[in-house]
Amino acid sequence: MSTSLDRRRLLSTPLGRLDRMVEIRMVEESIQKLYNDGHIRGSTHLANGQEAVSVGIASVLKSTDVVTCTYRGHAVALSLGISPEGVLGEICGRKIGCAGGIGGSMHLMDASVGLMPTFAIVGAGLPVALGVALAAKLKNTDDVAVTVFGDGACNIGAFHESLNMASIFKLPLIFVIENNLYGEYTRINLSTPIEDLANRADSYAMRNDVVDGQDLEAVITAMTAAVAHARAGNGPSLIEMKTYRYSGHSRSDPATYRPEGELDRWEKRDPLAIAAAKLIKDGIVSENGFLEMKSEISNRVDRAIETVLASAAPDQDSIFKHVSA
Amino acid sequence: MTVMRTRQAVIAALSDELESDPSVFLMGEDIGSGGPFKATEGLIERYGANRVIDTPISEMAFLGAGVGAAAMGMRPVVEMMFIEFIGVALDQLTTQGAFFRYLSRGSYQVPLTIRAAAGAGLGFGCQHSQLLDQWFRGNAGIAVVVPSTPQSMYGLLRSAIRSNDPVVVLEHKALYGERGDVVTGETGIIPIGRAKVLQEGTDVTIVSIGRSVLTASAAAKGQDSWSAEIIDLQTLIPWDMNAVVDSVAKTGRLVVVEEGSFSGGWGSEICAKVVSELWGKMSAPPLRITSPDAPIPYAQNLEDRYLPSVEYIDSQIQELISTGKCPSPWWEGGNK
Repeated sequence: MSTSLDRRRLLSTPLGRLDRMVEIRMVEESIQKLYNDGHIRGSTHLANGQEAVSVGIASVLKSTDVVTCTYRGHAVALSLGISPEGVLGEICGRKIGCAGGIGGSMHLMDASVGLMPTFAIVGAGLPVALGVALAAKLKNTDDVAVTVFGDGACNIGAFHESLNMASIFKLPLIFVIENNLYGEYTRINLSTPIEDLANRADSYAMRNDVVDGQDLEAVITAMTAAVAHARAGNGPSLIEMKTYRYSGHSRSDPATYRPEGELDRWEKRDPLAIAAAKLIKDGIVSENGFLEMKSEISNRVDRAIETVLASAAPDQDSIFKHVSA
Repeated sequence: MTVMRTRQAVIAALSDELESDPSVFLMGEDIGSGGPFKATEGLIERYGANRVIDTPISEMAFLGAGVGAAAMGMRPVVEMMFIEFIGVALDQLTTQGAFFRYLSRGSYQVPLTIRAAAGAGLGFGCQHSQLLDQWFRGNAGIAVVVPSTPQSMYGLLRSAIRSNDPVVVLEHKALYGERGDVVTGETGIIPIGRAKVLQEGTDVTIVSIGRSVLTASAAAKGQDSWSAEIIDLQTLIPWDMNAVVDSVAKTGRLVVVEEGSFSGGWGSEICAKVVSELWGKMSAPPLRITSPDAPIPYAQNLEDRYLPSVEYIDSQIQELISTGKCPSPWWEGGNK
């Protein structure tokens, strides 16, 4: 069985990155049925439509870099290398889940690929990432911290406090906004008076960038530059990825508040289609090859679901493990 | 009397207060769309966006704005979508709003209501499942109510809004879908600080709150080996000492059923007070039935085990009565 780190290394090729984006889409699309069949409790927050952002981030990081991420974290977890069994196992509350089934959908983690337990409180991951970056600076490593959050978090105090401190301390930290236009059920224009959230970095004299988050190549280019800047000791960046979530905020949200036609317009700029078209055009994969790839991934995800559903619930004593030292 | 779900009782209470008092307004994240539990559904259509105010995800700002507006004579009802979200804003309530009356020598008062979905049992994981009543303890000036039925949701929420001090309403998320009879209007209002005796009994007084009242009642139902007097506290701060002490004086035994962890739970407060009052007059030491000192786990089998169950409550009470001693909790080798 391949480790999370093995799976992370697969992102070093264009085909590996496309493969991962398709895998994320298929995992996210399997979740509604798992929920309807009673295998998932509580809530889930899907990231289908945002695959290029997470795969692009993971592609440029070392395994010793650390990521803090929100409860919309399935895609980031898969991108960083956690297996579909690890992610779906956690979402279904099984022992084989990446947190042993005690966390659930909102609390995915794998320290071997630098994913801290994902944060279920809006904005909570930013100050922690600040500390991760501070530790890298104090320990004099060239590791970086990346914190991934939504447009909604940009109105939380922790966002402003963290940007300011990262800037004055010149920390190796990349703030990544997944601007999917909605904070929970509210469209961004109703909660935020500016369109480009990257502009907020100007107040903190921080390097910033607005990126087409549906284009994997654009994400990689921007992240590569920001990571190089941070590793060289030049300080933080704020990168705004313009993207879109195809699903509602959470399991209980049918997203009826979206203006008509908005989803259709974004689906026409689907990140998987854009990435596949580029590889086909460059002759890296044929159209048939891509279809075969999709069928192979579909089988992989089906097998992962079978494995998860056949697997055991956590042992009772896991309630008490790791509560304190 | 109308049959309604608990979430509809929230809507009814908010609506009746919005209707009767122009200084009442609502504020919070996505309350216009009704929120994840549909507990404010339809109110923006009826009362408009000036009185049902959707906010950015900025809890510190909108909770603090609630304090400020309340000090200016408004009656804000601020919603925290999940009670954990108040963490980033707690200063505004516990250190600012709670002390406004005191520091201003009564010049300002803070008639602020904070409503929040709280509680475990639905698989929301450890950051969205806590009751967190303990966050509001030890800061004099704040009241905390925890409804257990559609009626107490309606009645306590209306009292909270009418209170001239900050009141936190912890709305158990597992109860939003439960149905029950509700008397609306003035007669349906339940005063803060008063407990309700749900059933009379002779062997033991069970004190509980919120969803745990239902679990404790289920354990006592059809029970032939012990007879319980069940008290729904309804208000946790300030709690109804007379009702509890009078009952334990009669039954001689006290059992507190709590959803939260053992250490620092509200039941300690109740037990300490009752023992102080009835020292030497009880036939068994007070027993707390709680969850263990661990975060709330996600997986169904773990969360079911974690929370006090009907069977567990029954076996703990049986042992208390038969031995006259407190049984160990399940995680220390006691009854399963």
